[in-house]
Amino acid sequence: MRNLSASETAYRRLRQQAEAKLAPLKDKPLIWIGTATCGKAAGAIEVREAFKEELAKKGVEARVLEAGCMGHCYAEPLAVIAKPGFPAICYGKVDEGLVKRLVDDFLLHDDPCYEFALVALETNDFFPTFSDFPRGVYEEKIILEDCGFIDPEDIDHYIARDGYVALAEVLGTKTPQQVLAEIKAANLRGRGGAGFPAGVKWEAVAVQTEKTRYVICNADEGDPGAFMDRSILESNPHLVLEGMLICAYAVAAQRGYLYIRSEYPQAIRRVRTALEQARQRGLLGSSILGGNFNFDLGIFAGAGAFVCGEGTALVNSMEGKLGLPEHRPPRLSTAGLRGKPTVLNNVKTFAYVPLILRRGADWFKQTGTPGSPGTAVFAMAGKVANPGLAEVPMGTTLRQLIFEVGQGLAGGKQFKAVQIGGPSGGCLPEAALDLPIDFDSLQEAGAIMGSGGVVVLDEDDCMVRIAHYFLKFTQHESCGKCTFCRLGTKQMLDILGAITRGEGTLADLETLRELAEDVKAGSLCNLGGTAPNPVLTTLKYFYDEYRAHIEGKCCPALMCPDLIAYYIEPLKCSKLCSACVGSCPVEAVYTREDGLKAIDQEKCVKCDNCLKACPVEYNAVVKLSPPSLLQEKEGRGR
Amino acid sequence: MNKVKLFIDGRELLAPAGEKLLWVALENDIYIPHLCAIREEQRPSACCRLCFVEVEGRKRPVTSCTLPVREKMMVKTRTPAVDRLVRTAFELLLSDHRLNCGKCPKNRACALQRIARERGLKLKPGRFKALGREFPPIDESTGAFAFDRSRCVLCGQCVHADQQVVKVGAIGFSRRGLDRCVSTFTGVKLADSPCTRCLLCVEACPVGALYPL
Ligand SMILES: Cc1cc2nc3c(=O)[nH]c(=O)nc-3n(C[C@H](O)[C@H](O)[C@H](O)COP(=O)(O)O)c2cc1C
Ligand code: SF4
Ligand code: FES
Repeated sequence: MRNLSASETAYRRLRQQAEAKLAPLKDKPLIWIGTATCGKAAGAIEVREAFKEELAKKGVEARVLEAGCMGHCYAEPLAVIAKPGFPAICYGKVDEGLVKRLVDDFLLHDDPCYEFALVALETNDFFPTFSDFPRGVYEEKIILEDCGFIDPEDIDHYIARDGYVALAEVLGTKTPQQVLAEIKAANLRGRGGAGFPAGVKWEAVAVQTEKTRYVICNADEGDPGAFMDRSILESNPHLVLEGMLICAYAVAAQRGYLYIRSEYPQAIRRVRTALEQARQRGLLGSSILGGNFNFDLGIFAGAGAFVCGEGTALVNSMEGKLGLPEHRPPRLSTAGLRGKPTVLNNVKTFAYVPLILRRGADWFKQTGTPGSPGTAVFAMAGKVANPGLAEVPMGTTLRQLIFEVGQGLAGGKQFKAVQIGGPSGGCLPEAALDLPIDFDSLQEAGAIMGSGGVVVLDEDDCMVRIAHYFLKFTQHESCGKCTFCRLGTKQMLDILGAITRGEGTLADLETLRELAEDVKAGSLCNLGGTAPNPVLTTLKYFYDEYRAHIEGKCCPALMCPDLIAYYIEPLKCSKLCSACVGSCPVEAVYTREDGLKAIDQEKCVKCDNCLKACPVEYNAVVKLSPPSLLQEKEGRGR
Repeated sequence: MNKVKLFIDGRELLAPAGEKLLWVALENDIYIPHLCAIREEQRPSACCRLCFVEVEGRKRPVTSCTLPVREKMMVKTRTPAVDRLVRTAFELLLSDHRLNCGKCPKNRACALQRIARERGLKLKPGRFKALGREFPPIDESTGAFAFDRSRCVLCGQCVHADQQVVKVGAIGFSRRGLDRCVSTFTGVKLADSPCTRCLLCVEACPVGALYPL
């Protein structure tokens, strides 16, 4: 065995302390509660208190700990119970009743209540683990591996699970060039959206003559629906800090920042605690692990504008200027924060770094595709049965992601499209489902990896409205500096709006496409450079739906209020029930002389209440598009 | 100073290395549309998006106000791709510009009119609808000059004159998105701002948004 370097020896002491401190935890049952923002929203704090109360009442000795997000947001609040002699078991949708049963049956009487268990976390003979589920077959957790299973507010949990071992080894045995070489060999690509190779970026900073350098972690996470960066910072902050430390060593930076949006108070709090604890253990600050490497980190709470996630805007906002993007070059690697060479990477990008150095570039490249090694983290939402965070190998197909990991569509509906990459991404149809997802394949299809947001759309979603919905977000978030984005997105939005009202023309469609292409090509920054993607992809893949709105004044998905009419089928209406009448906020539903219900179209505001109110056994309320179908129906009704 | 040899529209030119292409072209009487460019600005704001050219070896048109000239650079100021972007940017600007040239003090001296003339474009929003937004009333409070926001193209020339040249700080950019505008610090009337009525901003304005009274 080789001799340990000084920093590895220093690390070993930390490790022994951590293990000694955590050892007693293994004697008593441990209850982990997922208290990231998602868990809290579902009532995790109440569950935590209920456990504490119940344990005290029954006099059971067990420890209640908080963990981060385990990625199964559909089943929050989540609790994991690790009782000596049993595999650790995860329970979903925990409420007070279940808390009582678990304490009583499991902790007191050794019955793990399998009927309420979601999954076991360790292989055993009784209950399936994640890898036994279809979801688990496709999932491969690398950066989310420890999320939810360590206490993010106690550095010793991270250290006891190999945390900071990579840093110690890097400082003790590797030159900065060797670290750069390893990251380049791993072909780690930036997870903030564009997929730029991190090693190349770092090297561009490392070779600068200017010696003051910065490392910044981009945790602005402005995409609506994206929450994986928050999740990682809330669940395993030290993984990101260790990645930043290793980067700082590789590029010889002295100072770094985490730019976290101020809407993430819990992430900020947990990172702050993590920084304090790392400093206290000699893992941050001067003379890290007793050597001569000095680096310190601070938090910058961003004001939360979407555009501030763009590198140059982010730097401007950190310098106290307006958060507006700038023309590049110069790139941040030559002139970034305060004009100094700066590395800017996403939270996830940094999170891979310690793992790559722990296990090697070859290990990293075993997962994913040759061009995009590693995993991708997706936040699935929309009409999917199991929304939540999922980490899958790059190259997984959209079909596997949506139908296996996400368990298909909710409510047995028909798949229509998937918007991937957040509002700057693209909307892909059924035909693209077998596309292996990586940075390059998505780009070719007109979408982007972006923040990893995946919104699943079904037959009830109108593609014109979806394009309008996403563009409305980017248009609203445009900083307004450059002509194409400020005015171009507005004009596009107005055209889309007119189409959803049945006021569009085929010439408008041509203008829309041309304008979308020009905004993409002509904008100053990538907000405008990507904002047209939802429009261009829906035009490309769902052109007929646009035409139906224009030529037939018809919304095939029955979603555009101006192009639909509500109608009560006389043959289905029961006469005796007046659920619809009562549900209407504007008294448009009335009872005809013959007892049947009908709708006064003049009054109807298309709120959908009557359709929802009509009992399923009748299902008498229907939507018609185009509204002119009413005359036909009513003619026949008479 | 180091000179480089480059070609613009087939013409061989000598220019100081590192000079931005837009200025080299203009100095040699080759017109490229532009509104926001300021020669002495270290980092051009590049916000008007009118000064596109095509450079050999680059896939897409690039803004000439940000492009340092290099030895043997081959530039075209008119290509279908360039003309298309310029036309769209121009029409977009006009869709948010109160068009009443006849009554505008800048009539015949307006940079927008020049662009239209040079590029054969109509002084109309073309494919786009005029946004017809509401703007605050014209600010004539200083008695010396007027500020009409309905004609402002957000080029930033006035802000540069105020903040960088005379260093007064009476006006600046505020708000975001469609609401982005030039205004005094808290939106007070110019007369109540630190404005010294030096009129440099008025001189700098390429359109009829700032004009002497
Ligand atoms: C409008 C806009 C918003 C962005 N928002 C984010 C963000 O929230 N988080 C992020 O990591 N990158 C964001 N980016 C990408 C960053 O500009 C930058 O490419 C990234 O942080 C680099 O890190 P990476 O190489 O690790 O991906 C955004 C880009 C644009 C144009
Ligand atoms: S593209 Fe949009 S966000 Fe980016 S600089 Fe232009 S106006 Fe601002
Ligand atoms: S002059 Fe180049 S972008 Fe305005």
